[in-house]
Amino acid sequence: MTAPSITVSETPLVLYTLRRADDALILGHRLSEWCGHAPVLEEDMALSNMALDLIGQARELYGYAAKVEGRDNDEDKLAYLRDVRQYRNLLLVERPNGDFAQTMVRQLFYAAFADLYWRGMMGSTDATLAAVAAKSEKECAYHLRHASEWVIRLGDGTDESHRRAQAAVDDLWAYTGEMFNIDDSERSLIDAGIAIDPTMLLPEWLSIVSHVAREATLTLPENDWMQRGGRDGRHSEHLGHLLSELQYMQRSFPGATW
Amino acid sequence: MVVADISPAELRQRAWDAAASVADPEIPVLTIDDLGVLREVEVVGDRVEVAITPTYSGCPAMNMIALEIELALERAGFREASVRTVLSPAWTTDWMSEEGRRKLREYGIAPPQATSGRRALFGVAEVACPQCGSDDTEQLAEFGSTSCKALWRCKSCREPFDYFKCH
Repeated sequence: MTAPSITVSETPLVLYTLRRADDALILGHRLSEWCGHAPVLEEDMALSNMALDLIGQARELYGYAAKVEGRDNDEDKLAYLRDVRQYRNLLLVERPNGDFAQTMVRQLFYAAFADLYWRGMMGSTDATLAAVAAKSEKECAYHLRHASEWVIRLGDGTDESHRRAQAAVDDLWAYTGEMFNIDDSERSLIDAGIAIDPTMLLPEWLSIVSHVAREATLTLPENDWMQRGGRDGRHSEHLGHLLSELQYMQRSFPGATW
Repeated sequence: MVVADISPAELRQRAWDAAASVADPEIPVLTIDDLGVLREVEVVGDRVEVAITPTYSGCPAMNMIALEIELALERAGFREASVRTVLSPAWTTDWMSEEGRRKLREYGIAPPQATSGRRALFGVAEVACPQCGSDDTEQLAEFGSTSCKALWRCKSCREPFDYFKCH
C-alpha cells in the first residue's frame, strides 16, 4: 500500500506560505544530511541545530498554510504527500550538499536573504506570518553569522579551500536571483501589506554578500543570468531524489506514527 | 477539581504553581517558569488552559513539556487540561528570571547576558566562566548540545563550558 499525493488549493496566501515552508523544509533536510558526516563534531552539531531551526520554521508555516486552505490537509500531509512538481521551493536550497564549501556558500546566500526577509516580514499585516518572522529572524541571524565566518575561513584559507570556495560561488551564483523574483500572485499580497517586496532587499543582500566575499578573497561572478523555476514547481533532478528519502516512510506506511 | 470554598484566584494560583514546577527536559535544573517558556495559565470551569512558547522554532522539547504540564496538573487535581503553543511575542532570554540565571550558573552553564538584541547577537564581548568566574574565555563553537547553547572554554581554568546564548 502506498499513499497517493494530495491536491492543494493554492490561493495566493496558501501558495505564498507553502513557498517559504518548502524553502525551510528542503534546506533543513539538506543540512540534516550532514548529520554524522561533518568534518568535525562541532560542525556536525551546528548543522543539525540549523536543520532543526529550519524544520521548526517549516512546521509553523505548513500548519498555517493548511489552516488558510481550510480543507483536510495538515502539516504532515503537505510535507510528505506532495509530489515533486507540487513543491515550490527555491532551486538554491535543493542544490546537493557537495563539499563543505558548497554547503557553506549555499548557506551564506540563503541566510543573508532569509535574515533580511524575515526581519521585513515582522511588519506583515498577517499576524501569523509576523509571529513566525519574529522567531525566524533571530535564528537566521545566527545562521548568517555562522556561514559568513566559514566562508571567510575557507576563502582566505589554503589554496585548496580557496579553490573549492570559489568554485562553490561560481556554481551557485545563478540560483540566487530567484530569491528576488515576484509573480502576480505575490504582487497582490505585497499590495495588501501581507508580503514584502523582495526586490527591495537586493541592495542590502548584495552588500552583505560582497562584504563577506571581499574578506574571503573570493570573486562574485559578473554573470547576471539567473536560473528560475522552483517557485512554479519546475525543479532540478535533485529534488525528486531528496523527496524519495524524505517521504519514503509516509508513502510506504501511510499514517505511520511512533 | 470541584472545591466550592476555593476562590478563583487561588485556584488559578494552584494551577500556575503546578504547571510552573515542570522542569525543562534538556536543562533539568530550570523550570519552564524560570525560562519564560510558561506564558499563561487560565482556569475555565473544570478545565485548565495553558500557553507555552518555544525557545527556538524547532525545539524538540515542546511535546515533552506539554505532556509534563498535563501530568503535573493532574497530580494537582486538575483532570482536564489543554496546552497550546504561542509564537508571539517571540521568546527572548530577557524573560529568564534572576533565579533561573543563578541556577544555570551553579549548574555550570554561563547564563545569557542581560539584554538581547542584534548587538548582543553579533558582538558577545565577555562571557564569565561559570566554574571560576574568569572573563578570560573563548568561543569554541557557535552551536552546542542544544539549540539554545554555544560551546565555550575558559582560558584561566581550562574548563570547557556551555553558554546559554542571548536570543
